[in-house]
Parts: sequence; C-alpha cells; structure tokens
Amino acid sequence: MSENAESPTETTKEEPTTVSSPAENSGSNEEKKKIDVLLKAVGDTPIMKTKKWAVERGRTVQSLSTFISRFLKLEPSEQLFIYVNQSFAPSPDQEVGVLFECFGSDGKLVLHYCKSQAWG
Amino acid sequence: MLCDWCRYVRVQLNDNTGAFSFLTIAGGLIRTQHKSNVCSFVTRRHSLCATWSYRSMADDKDVLRDVWFGRIPTCFTLNQDEITEREAEPFYLLLPRVSYLTLVTDKVKKHFHKVMRQEDLEEMWFEYEGTPLKWHYPIGVLFDLHASNTALPWSITVHFKDFPEQDLLHCPSNSVIEAHFMSSIKEADALKHKGQVVNEMQKKDHKQLWMGLQNDKFDQFWAMNRKLMEYPTEEGGFRYLPFRIYQTMSDRPFIQKLFRPATPDGHAHTLGDLLKEMFPAAIPQDDEQMKYQVIIHGIEPMLETPIQWLSEHLSHPDNFLHICIIPAPND
Repeated sequence: MSENAESPTETTKEEPTTVSSPAENSGSNEEKKKIDVLLKAVGDTPIMKTKKWAVERGRTVQSLSTFISRFLKLEPSEQLFIYVNQSFAPSPDQEVGVLFECFGSDGKLVLHYCKSQAWG
Repeated sequence: MLCDWCRYVRVQLNDNTGAFSFLTIAGGLIRTQHKSNVCSFVTRRHSLCATWSYRSMADDKDVLRDVWFGRIPTCFTLNQDEITEREAEPFYLLLPRVSYLTLVTDKVKKHFHKVMRQEDLEEMWFEYEGTPLKWHYPIGVLFDLHASNTALPWSITVHFKDFPEQDLLHCPSNSVIEAHFMSSIKEADALKHKGQVVNEMQKKDHKQLWMGLQNDKFDQFWAMNRKLMEYPTEEGGFRYLPFRIYQTMSDRPFIQKLFRPATPDGHAHTLGDLLKEMFPAAIPQDDEQMKYQVIIHGIEPMLETPIQWLSEHLSHPDNFLHICIIPAPND
C-alpha cells in the first residue's frame, strides 16, 4: 500500500466531491463510498508520483480528468484523454463507480490517461 | 399500410391464444391494438410475446428493421429569448430514434440561422420542457425518458445562447459524435466479448458502422454489426450484457452493472430478472397497480422476454440496450 495517495484534498468548484487518501475511508463495508483508482500515463504524458487514488463513486470522468490536468499542471489548451481497458474513452459524464463495477479488477479500477488520442 | 406523415405500419401477429393482435409502429412507437382492447398492457405484452414465440430468421430481421427505422415526428421551435430579425417559423422533422440529435439537425440549424444575426449565433442546443437534451444519448432514449405519454409531434425548443455547461457536452463537429459512438461500441464489446470482436475489426470496418448510422444505411451497418452480436453457441449468450437503465426520478445518469444472460446452469435470464436485481420497484407486486413503465424503443416488452434476445434485437446501434423507467401515468 506504499503507493497509496497521501494527497491534499482536491475540491473542484462545480462538484463538492473529493479525491483523497484511502486511509480516510477505511470502512470495510461492501458498498463503500470510495473506490481505488490506479492512474497510468501513456506515451510521453507525464506520470503522477501518486498513482493510486481513492475516488468517490459518483465522481464523473470529466471531474477526474480536470483533477489530473491540474495535478500535472497542463496548459488549458492541452487535452487529456482517459481510457478504460486500454481500449475505450468513457463519456465525460460517466460515473467512475459504474466503470469500477463493470471494469474494475482486484478491487481497483485502472485508468490510462494521455495527452493525445491513444486508442481508437 | 403506410401513412406518409407518421409512417404508421400495421403488422398482424398471431399470439399464443390464436387471437390476432396488431402491432402498430408509429414513429417508432410500437403500440398494439387488440380487437376488443386498445393499447392495454396485456395486449401490448401479448403481441410482443407473439413476435418472440413465433420467431424465425425473417421475423427477427424485421424487428431489427423496425427498430432502425423508428421515427419521431418533432416540431422544433426557437427559444423566445433569442433575438431574430424576422419571425422564426417552427421546423418539422422526423427524427430517427437510433441517431443523435446533433447528427440529424443540420436543417434545423440552417432554418433558424436564416432569421438570426451572425453575431448572435453560438452553439445550438436543445431543450424539452425545461430539460436540456443530452445529444450523446440516442434520440429514442431522450423521447422515452422525457416525453413518453405526451402528444406528438414532440415539441423541442432550440437555443443558440446560454449553453448549459453543467448539463450538456459540447458537440463542435460530427467527429465528436463519431468518437462517442465508437467508444460506446467498444465499451459494449468489452462487456460482450472482452473487446475481442471490435479489436479484430479493421479501421474500415469501424468506419462502416459509423457511416451506416450517419447515412441511415441499415444494410451497411448490420453487415458489420452482426459480428458484434455473435457468441459461441455453447455459451448461450454474451459474457455480460451491455445495458443502461435510465430513470427520471434520479440525479444519477444511469445504472450499469455486470449481468450475465443466463444462470450458471444455463437458464436464460429475462428482463424481469434484470430489473429484479437493478431496480426491483419496477416490478409490480401481485395485484398492485403498476408504479413504473419500463420502456425500450417506445414499447413495454414483457418482463418474461429473455434479456439476451432483447440485447441482440432491441439494442441501439451503439450496442447498448437502453432501458427507460418512468412513473406510470395514473389514468
């Protein structure tokens, strides 16, 4: 668990959801509110030192993407693409909880992110 | 029989009891009329049951055609607050249920552009009774979710300013729609075949799916899409079913989870089984009055219909089975 996030709480203006350390969410109930998301960079997109994040299920792909862009200090003009299964780009309003339910494995959801279109 | 305005088609079906029902396809809304009983739930279900129980290759292909060619008569009206140089007449269009709003409304845009000043033109967006319409949901889903049980034509308001950033995605060009559509197909195939079928296709095959939808070419689309509908016979269905359940009563966009087409001992799951797990309130208890309507392509399929069959025949071109749950009208 050493790769787990010890991150500042990130709050976006539009949504009161947060990205934070899994430690805050140690509840062991099945339907826990947060899920573990593993973020992996593709190609020459900068990597994030912290790869594993606890993310609220109701958070959208769009808001996660905004978070990554800010974390990587990307220019507003730079696009960020997010992929599931290294194959499809989920819709920006898709909830990460839904992606976790359908495409998570080993208790986490792996998402790849890229500054240019990587797949399809 | 074909009406030239709303394309009423009547198909006569023989149901299990030997009585005849009519399956009427009006603008993609399939309604049944029993000899004695018009549009009751029972007969609606009956006739769809007949479609299914008397299935043959020809019948099933007819279902695919009916779904593809479903149209919704729509009246587009310019938002009152838009500044125009002269009066904006409403614009009428038959919208394909399986397409996307921003893909089929070039004529609407041109029509209203003519009466507006160039500097007042921002991105066009659509609204129905105060709800911004998400272009990235299929048109039929938007209609079933927001406008079922209302009179046709569907009345949509057109806006050119105050784009609702919180509710809608931008759609600057058709390539954005294409990317969204192909992503949905890939996501569906990830559920159905671990993505193997769509990944084995070539770029031109992907293009064929998109061009089929964009140009309303049923044969072109299905020549390729049937590959995405195949599965090993011994497995009796897809790995998981790509479905989405929408409800107007919730802020959540939709329910989507893993669901298999059959039980481990090979018993086919039905629409009712899916709902029991995902949205139990949609299934009426004993003699209780129906609280919700479960709508796919404007019809209420029987809860006993095998979900695998629905997935193969009533999915949208994006390969998802879109299911709308709306409060039942109290009549």
